[in-house]
Amino acid sequence: MARIESEVGTRTGAVMKWIDDRFPFTETMKYHITEYYASKNFNWWYIFGVLAMVVLVIQILSGIFLTMNYKPSATDAFASVEYIMRDVEWGWLIRYMHSTGASFFFIVVYLHMYRAMLYGSYKKPRELIWVIGMLIFFVLFAEAFAGYLLPWGQMSYWGAQVIISLFGAIPVVGEALVEIIRGDYAITDITLNRFFALHVIVLPLALIALVFVHIVALHHVGSNNPDGVEIKEHKGPDGIPLDGIAFHPYHTTKDLVGIIVFLMLFSAVMFFAPDMGGYFLEHANFEPANVMATPEHIAPVWYFTPFYAILRAVPDKLWGAVLMAGSVLLPAFLPWLDRARVKSIRYRGWIYKMALGAFVISFCTLGWLGMQPAEGLYVLMARIFSVIYFAFFLTMPYYTTIDKTKPVPERVVYHG
Amino acid sequence: MVSTRFAGLARRGLSIMDSSMLARLGRTGSIIMRRLSLAGLHRTAAATVLAFILTCGAHAATEVELEPAGNDPDNINSLQRGARNFMNYCSGCHSAKYVRFNTLGRGLELSEDQLVENLMFNAEKTFETIQAAMPMNDAARWFGQPPPDMSLIARARGTDYVFNFIKGFYLDPDSPTGVDNRVLAGTSMPHVLWELQGYQTADYSIDENGTEHFEGFEQVTEGSLSAEEFDEFARDTVNFLEYISEPVRSTRRVLGVWVLMFLIVFWIIASMLKKQVWKDVT
Repeated sequence: MARIESEVGTRTGAVMKWIDDRFPFTETMKYHITEYYASKNFNWWYIFGVLAMVVLVIQILSGIFLTMNYKPSATDAFASVEYIMRDVEWGWLIRYMHSTGASFFFIVVYLHMYRAMLYGSYKKPRELIWVIGMLIFFVLFAEAFAGYLLPWGQMSYWGAQVIISLFGAIPVVGEALVEIIRGDYAITDITLNRFFALHVIVLPLALIALVFVHIVALHHVGSNNPDGVEIKEHKGPDGIPLDGIAFHPYHTTKDLVGIIVFLMLFSAVMFFAPDMGGYFLEHANFEPANVMATPEHIAPVWYFTPFYAILRAVPDKLWGAVLMAGSVLLPAFLPWLDRARVKSIRYRGWIYKMALGAFVISFCTLGWLGMQPAEGLYVLMARIFSVIYFAFFLTMPYYTTIDKTKPVPERVVYHG
Repeated sequence: MVSTRFAGLARRGLSIMDSSMLARLGRTGSIIMRRLSLAGLHRTAAATVLAFILTCGAHAATEVELEPAGNDPDNINSLQRGARNFMNYCSGCHSAKYVRFNTLGRGLELSEDQLVENLMFNAEKTFETIQAAMPMNDAARWFGQPPPDMSLIARARGTDYVFNFIKGFYLDPDSPTGVDNRVLAGTSMPHVLWELQGYQTADYSIDENGTEHFEGFEQVTEGSLSAEEFDEFARDTVNFLEYISEPVRSTRRVLGVWVLMFLIVFWIIASMLKKQVWKDVT
């Protein structure tokens, strides 16, 4: 018995050696998985990075099958989506998976970003991880926007019309730029075709590449934790951080539980409310794009609405577009705007806590306002909350300096 | 076959209503929010995001107050009556071009003979889709625009809208068709169902701001159906329209229950595994 086992052992050992001589397989597995040490005191906020990867995989897999049946043409696109929903075997499941996945991607990514703000994950030495993450966020925006045109419904068409026309506000080159984006003088079949190319090739490739770089950078410096303590500063005699535990099997088994809970929520929406009352799939998008009929009320999908509300809060089109772009770009500068000495919210003073609370409230309210018609009280509210949104970032160097922080413990707090 | 079995299961009560599900989700969201808000500021913020996402249940309000359709897409008899109504009164002008007769037959538990004899007036083969009898080019000339396809109307506009539209025709001497509609003012559709509903007038009052308020309908001539019978007719038809707007509705909800049950079992096993592996973490 023992002889057989050792023989098998030697044989696999020989195969592994053959591979490792030619490709750093074992080394890579150790570096990224079995000997990547992350803090043992992660709370549930730390699940969203893994979940973002799960959704990315869901989107790519369901996207491949959609591409097999979808027709990127102005005359056929809408009908081909209905063909997928009705005639393709399991097509409805694939389509709902993809449409639900799009919204969940943003839910997960927004919460992932918020976690970084809670625990100061963007602070030194993780500035580049944050900046790469912001690039992922921008590409994700473009990816979602391009994808939303593809079903060629009324909201696809008119939503794209509104957003693309924003580039026209740029002085001198604006109109030319709009023509380049559309490839035509209006949104037509040509626009649909190039958006399809962007959605299924260019942007997913960029997304995957950036996610890879994001993780390489993360594994180089190591993960942050809810205490904002650098676990690498306290290593045992074996060189392993005292508060760190291996990604596999510890964090993998823990993440699996989180992934299953996430899949439950995902399935609940996908199977019981795929429209999510018109927020994940807008009602007007069940009517084919009609150049002759502008919908009464054009609202982008929910994940764009906070920024859309900022755009509409400004009476001038150019400045509205500038402020909207600014509101998307500003978070990228967080590592340098935040001057606090501590990372985690646990040891920050009341000023930062109040500021973060005000930021979250204004972000959510702006999201709601972006779905309402731009009139009367709504515009006033959008202006007030836009000011709070910008103030959170722009006055940050000041209030994080004067905020009274608490002493940070040497080691992470863990209750077993 | 599969979809028929799922439909059967759905009728036996394994399914959960879409709208009530959403309402429950919304309520759960706000309960979660209240509980978490006690636990700290950053959790409140997360819960706000969660509640914001979960309470997104209600449709956007329209200007016209709508009477709820109250249809039940799990009621096969109502769907069959709705199919009869649609093919007899609507399909002359309105297509449902994404709906195939054979899949319709499977979903509504109709045999091929029943399909051919009762529903396929304008089609030869069961794999064909529901096409309008009226030539669309002529229709566009006659009505200003061709009658819209009905495949997705219930999903695009909502069942209440369609229900109130069907019931909402009233006499208007200024209109070329002699009628207008309460829900869609200025519609070019004539009152096709006048034989059944009869004719009615609409009472509008004008307030001090000059805004018109709908007060109610007044029956002018009787139709062959009573008011209650016509409501049932409209309800069955709307029910059918909701069904064809998403034929997989009952399939997905029954499957969803199985998927969730599987995930619960998987979750228990994964939690035990995590506990076991984490035993030595102190």
